[in-house]
Amino acid sequence: MKFTFLIQEGPYNHEASDSAYQLIQAVLRAGHEVRGIFFYHDGVYNVTSKMEPPQDDRHIARRWSELGEQGIDIVVCIAAAKRRGISDDLCVPGTRISGLGQLAKMAIESDRVITFGD
Amino acid sequence: MADKKVMITVRKAPHGSIYVHEAIEVMFIVASYGMNLSVVFMDDGVMALKQGQDTKELGIKGFMASIGALVDFEVENVYVDKQSMLDRNLSEDDLVVIGEDEDTEEPIKPSVIDADDIKRMMAEQDSLISF
Amino acid sequence: MLHTVNKSPFSHNALESCLRFINEGDVVLLTEDGVLAAMAETSKSSMVKGVLANHKVYALQADLKARSVDALIEGVEVIDYDGWVKLLEEHQTHAWL
Repeated sequence: MKFTFLIQEGPYNHEASDSAYQLIQAVLRAGHEVRGIFFYHDGVYNVTSKMEPPQDDRHIARRWSELGEQGIDIVVCIAAAKRRGISDDLCVPGTRISGLGQLAKMAIESDRVITFGD
Repeated sequence: MADKKVMITVRKAPHGSIYVHEAIEVMFIVASYGMNLSVVFMDDGVMALKQGQDTKELGIKGFMASIGALVDFEVENVYVDKQSMLDRNLSEDDLVVIGEDEDTEEPIKPSVIDADDIKRMMAEQDSLISF
Repeated sequence: MLHTVNKSPFSHNALESCLRFINEGDVVLLTEDGVLAAMAETSKSSMVKGVLANHKVYALQADLKARSVDALIEGVEVIDYDGWVKLLEEHQTHAWL
């Protein structure tokens, strides 16, 4: 099965990011494909490279970067990003800024679209 | 590909947060990709379709112009949950026009439907996206 | 349909709304703050008890543990993320945020 994850909230502030990440791991363990991860609304803050959480807690942007570098398509919505001052140079490796069309494509190519938000 | 059925649900009140505004942007894109899109406004989301919203004094641009162009942008299957309207003392007269019929030029408004209709529609979808 | 509810019934209407749109064969998964709906003998317990008459209700283990919620309404089934994936294999899904 192919899954798309839509993440609508920023890191740390809401559990959305974490719930999504844990479910993604479970999806991969089960042998399914993650077709894409799309960040929207404040979700765009998930990939900011200047994130500096306490050393003994999870580094959310790095988590996404690692998944991206494994080949998963991680897209940050350009309109939402621009509104919030997120540009390419601020995004961690393995993630890219692109249009809402990518969400549409992901949805077309997936069996399940799962929304994580507030 | 073009036959994929997608439902977008909007349950949040407008203007207190950006969710409704940014949800409309998703509607436009999903419709433009030829998916069979239905949009259901329920709970506080029904307020997004109330006529006469004016955000000038808030200093916020708002999305009201986009709501009026939903049909133009191929977002035609727009539904409102009847109970949510009743709970908020709204009638069909309160609902905004979302477009015009191409041939007759008659104004088009969202369709008010009940929970059973919504349940049935939900069961038919290939994907459901929540806002 | 797998309905997920991630908000507490004490502060949000997500669960209440979800229950208006549930079809035969649908199941409910409580996650994040939504697991508070699974607590036994609260002022909101009747909501989940009512659903259990006709539908399976699950609660996510990690979220229960985080909140130290262990006295659950009888009939609520605790699952982990792997269990969530199994539900997704069987059901389309809608998130009640």
